[in-house]
Amino acid sequence: MSFGPHADFIVAAYAVTAFVVAGLIAWVVLDYAAQRRIIGDLEERGVTRRARRKE
Amino acid sequence: MPVIDLANPTRFLALVNRVLPWLVAVTALVFAIGLYRAMHAPDDYQQGATVKIMFLHVPAAWLGMMGWVVMSAAALGTLVWRHPLADVAGKAAAPIGAAFTFICLVTGALWGRPTWGTYWVWDARLTSVLILFLLYLGVMALYWTAEEPGRGARAAAILTLVGAVNIPIIKFSVDWWNTLHQPASIVRLGGATIDASILVPLLIMAGAFTLLFFTLHLAAMRNEILRRRVRTMQLLQAQTLSEAHT
Repeated sequence: MSFGPHADFIVAAYAVTAFVVAGLIAWVVLDYAAQRRIIGDLEERGVTRRARRKE
Repeated sequence: MPVIDLANPTRFLALVNRVLPWLVAVTALVFAIGLYRAMHAPDDYQQGATVKIMFLHVPAAWLGMMGWVVMSAAALGTLVWRHPLADVAGKAAAPIGAAFTFICLVTGALWGRPTWGTYWVWDARLTSVLILFLLYLGVMALYWTAEEPGRGARAAAILTLVGAVNIPIIKFSVDWWNTLHQPASIVRLGGATIDASILVPLLIMAGAFTLLFFTLHLAAMRNEILRRRVRTMQLLQAQTLSEAHT
């Protein structure tokens, strides 16, 4: 498999695409972990998603 | 499960958690097949091996536009039905659509230099895609800088629907104006003008990019639902603390 005289342009295009896609994947994975961690911390402190009724 | 049940964020989250691992596996498989076929596709008789950039550039362009179509549908859901999941879908799609549009612009420039002799020209197709990218950034800014999510969602939805005018302009720019960019060679009335040895890998890569888009979109929607839960919990915590001090 040869990319010919313009191999640099082809490799750069695939590298940029791989970098951006990897960035998107990292964004959703890290964001998911962060939200789960914050929810876990809040639940540990007794915070729920339902407001307590006034006695 | 009836489709209407998916409008419930909790049921939607349960479905996403079940579907996402399968979608990830199928996306990886289709990408592996697509990349293998793309790397073993023959060179173009005029462009040589640079035609391999097309396997990234064209799917990225399609997905950049499709992202805006998804956001436009979500914007209607936000403005007409005021559905919270529509707003979630719109906000989650914006960075993904912007990333695909960015890939389209960069790979287009890298393909243009050896093919046309220039990285960039202000012709109708390239300029309208650049405007699409800037519109994505504008919508993201509206979503991310709004202090109250509902207000940001309405402003972003309006900008999305206004920006939807740009989608047919991008598609037909090569027909309406004299551009350096080539006219449509795949989605056209007379059928594709590309040989099957190049068209088949291109369609597989387009399928892989589409799967990637929806996989990332579902994952980002799940994150956004969780982020809104965090906000609700933090507001309730603040309310409880302020009541305790009074």
